[in-house]
Amino acid sequence: MSADRRTAAELAAALASGDTTSVAITQAHLDRIREVDGAVHAFLHVDTEGALRDAAASDERRAAGSSYGPLDGVPIAVKDVIATRGLPTTCGSRILEGWVPPYDATVVARLRAAGLPILGKTNMDEFAMGSSTEHSAFGTTHNPWDLDRIPGGSGGGSAAAVAAFEAPLAIGTDTGGSIRQPGAVTGTVGVKPTYGGVSRYGLVSLANSFDQAGPVTRTVLDAALLHEVIAGHDPLDSTSIDQPVPALVEAARRGSDGDLTGVRIGVVTELGGEGYQAGVLSRFAESVELMTKAGAEVVEVSCPHFVHALATYYLILPAEASSNLARFDAMRYGLRVTPDVAENGAPPSAEDVMRATREAGFGDEVKRRIILGTFALSSGYYDAYYGQAQKVRTLVTRDFEAAFERADVLVSPTAPTTAFPIGEKVDDPLAMYLNDLATIPANLSGVPGISVPSGLAEEDGLPTGVQILAPAMADDRVYRVGAALEAALLDQWGGPLLDQAPDVPSVEPVETTGERR
Amino acid sequence: MTDTLLSYDDALARFDPAFGLEVHVELNTATKMFCGCPTTFGAEPNTQTCPTCLGLPGSMPVVNAMAIESAIRIGLALNCEIAEWCRFARKNYFYPDMPKNFQTSQYDEPIAFEGFMEVEVDGETYRVGIERAHMEEDTGKSLHVGGSTGRIHGADYSLVDYNRAGIPLIEIVTKPVVGTGAKAPEVARAYVGQLRELLLGLGVSDVRMEQGSLRCDVNLSLTPQGSDALGTRTETKNVNSLRSVERAARYEVQRHAAVLAGGGTILQETRHWHEDTGVTTSGREKSDADDYRYFPEPDLVPVAPSREWVEQLRKELPEPPHEKRARLQQEWGFSDLEMRDTAGAGALGLVEETIAAGTTPQAARKWWLGELARRANESETDLAALGVTPVDVARVQALVDDGTLNDTLARQVLDGLLDGDGTPDEIVAARHLAIVSDDGALGAAVDTAIAANPDVADKIRDGKVAAAGALIGAVMKEMRGQADANRVRELILEKLT
Repeated sequence: MSADRRTAAELAAALASGDTTSVAITQAHLDRIREVDGAVHAFLHVDTEGALRDAAASDERRAAGSSYGPLDGVPIAVKDVIATRGLPTTCGSRILEGWVPPYDATVVARLRAAGLPILGKTNMDEFAMGSSTEHSAFGTTHNPWDLDRIPGGSGGGSAAAVAAFEAPLAIGTDTGGSIRQPGAVTGTVGVKPTYGGVSRYGLVSLANSFDQAGPVTRTVLDAALLHEVIAGHDPLDSTSIDQPVPALVEAARRGSDGDLTGVRIGVVTELGGEGYQAGVLSRFAESVELMTKAGAEVVEVSCPHFVHALATYYLILPAEASSNLARFDAMRYGLRVTPDVAENGAPPSAEDVMRATREAGFGDEVKRRIILGTFALSSGYYDAYYGQAQKVRTLVTRDFEAAFERADVLVSPTAPTTAFPIGEKVDDPLAMYLNDLATIPANLSGVPGISVPSGLAEEDGLPTGVQILAPAMADDRVYRVGAALEAALLDQWGGPLLDQAPDVPSVEPVETTGERR
Repeated sequence: MTDTLLSYDDALARFDPAFGLEVHVELNTATKMFCGCPTTFGAEPNTQTCPTCLGLPGSMPVVNAMAIESAIRIGLALNCEIAEWCRFARKNYFYPDMPKNFQTSQYDEPIAFEGFMEVEVDGETYRVGIERAHMEEDTGKSLHVGGSTGRIHGADYSLVDYNRAGIPLIEIVTKPVVGTGAKAPEVARAYVGQLRELLLGLGVSDVRMEQGSLRCDVNLSLTPQGSDALGTRTETKNVNSLRSVERAARYEVQRHAAVLAGGGTILQETRHWHEDTGVTTSGREKSDADDYRYFPEPDLVPVAPSREWVEQLRKELPEPPHEKRARLQQEWGFSDLEMRDTAGAGALGLVEETIAAGTTPQAARKWWLGELARRANESETDLAALGVTPVDVARVQALVDDGTLNDTLARQVLDGLLDGDGTPDEIVAARHLAIVSDDGALGAAVDTAIAANPDVADKIRDGKVAAAGALIGAVMKEMRGQADANRVRELILEKLT
């Protein structure tokens, strides 16, 4: 069974012209999931019935001459951190095993309103804490380029699903790079929109002031099409921006003509050099050269406070997360572990049940960050840690402001390395955290960013990515520049990068949801 | 274990009390603080909930603009500064009826701060400083089933109702109030009573203490006479009536004094007030080191009320209670003493409404401070919680005025009202309480009385009209009180002179 390798834009065109049906497309992707997900394990839950039902409804609309929009009938996968009414939502955690939300996240409601059948929920590091999906309670996702390697994280499932042609589109979430870094290491496109550009309502919070949902796709145009579906003000999210969404699809189409005349591109000094893999840097240099050839003016900019970004992030994130995760207490939903007796031999109290459930339900990385965050917020430490981190955050934002005076967009490698072998860093949290070195600054100040595939590193033949950042609410710029770079690279490669990926062996999935693997 | 108490006079001879009050007020907004769920009191458990007030994963709060407006109006009425910019914060602690295991509250940036309220007790005015008034959400309500205490420890199981979770609350915190001496418990009570009145006037809350829409914690400490340093305080919770505020404060004064006089130290702790036994018992030990790990709520944007809006709200504030009191005293023609008694009994609003329903000021005062105050005292509740409304009282007085009832009968109608038997008219009908004005029936009763007391009748015939009283009494007894004594007298005199 061959994969449907068409892009979402191509599928949309085929649906519009009546050359195919949503049921056929959706079935082809369900077949592909069945064929390869045993090897990739991108999905935690596949909703065959629901996806086909929604596809049939889409076909009926088309037949009746109406449509919910350009992507009506194009199927999609959704990261398991986003609430889906009637579909399990585990966040990759045992503690939410069996929880079926009674409501849809705004992002999901918008997907449904735009007619996109939902194929299922994708794997992730537990509560989005990680850069490899190895911290999922339900097994690691494998990189379609090399099944022994990680697909990035936390949204490795969404990126791998798109890279392995199990879905033409997926939704990810990006708190410190969880959309962009998986995009870079799987040869796919990932966009973190401006903070507040896409509603967070229904997105299970990791760090509320960083989290942002966004598109995971194989092309820049597909990302723009999907971004326009999910973006826009939501009264249910107080932090959502009440402003018109810029014309993203138009920007992507404009960029694809390959002309960057008059665009000022800033290369961030602090995001490169030491700590970055040689092949990542050479692919990055090549991309910068292609953009110069396309007419862009390249300048070097310095963002001196970016060196503190990682430390800042790892104070604010655990602080917010420790509070967010307090609600998982076995009282109302999810896992409940009832000890036979309390430590003192008495019948277990509510507190004993909470303790036992949280002990059994959370993985090590989650516990680590709860402890870090609880400490950082503790009386007497707040000013030194959380308070100080917020000040550095302001300085990072000022660096961005200064840099955007000199450049329209900023560029850097997305991730410092290509995909590393599964197991290599899982016991070394600090090494794992370094994966997000280049992506974190955007989350600290809320600016949008895209990761575009930039080729393969010569030393290991694995994908690398270029990150393009723009000022808040100028998401259109990342699409224009991203599409132009993509066009130049496609010319050079003679076709999509994913054409160079090896075939994924056929291994049928076992039922995954709720099973530890 | 019962506490040792020092007599109140001895306590005051040796120590000076300082108190502070933390009052939680449930706002009467139609929807909750951070979601669109209704706030109706008494609904079936867990029928007024949604993902947000249940704290479901992924849900987010949105601030209720009406609650902000109410908070600002309360702040203005308490002479507070209104923050130009303030945030909500998370107060982190675990409790089964807290959906998120943090309460969205305000911490170091309250919406209103630095205010005061003038409180009057026995003609003296005390200024109670307001430290802050901040917004927060209520928790769910636990019902602990089984066990002997009704508390979570020892219960077989607990039920949680989340209808209350997310109801908007304003917490009003006073500064420590010192220098009120023996009057401390009364000043505390008067403050809460006057605050209640002010909130009622603003129309921002039902302020029903018995339903929990106004909840009060009394902080109290003692300082040895002649010292300046505040002593260790206790925080007494569950003080759910004006009367209890005074009693709880008084009790803690006496308890603290006994401990301190015996050379002991006061434990900083929360205490529970027991309305029935009139004592406080030890709750949770509390220290200043309680660490709620506050941080700004990242799911909400700052609240920044424009100065124009604040000034607009200030302009639209109702008349302040002390000005209103002066005006009412003038209008009603009450003496200072009458006015003070009325205010002290928490009856100003009740009297005002009774007058508005058509009763004369003196009659309204007579009912609320006389018969009804006596009943409230007997049943150990506040006047407002008696179950008799100003409209009821006005109707009873109207029935007296039109001759349907006399005072004795009116008191029986009050019995009916207290029993919840319906409106005054329904009670008069059901209990056959109206005065019999049928001269036939009265005449027969008068004839019987004359026949039974021939010597009295003779005296009257001889011109000793004053003797009629004995016959009137006999007739009234015969008529079981349902007669107009003046009419009876007339009939007797007609027949005998």
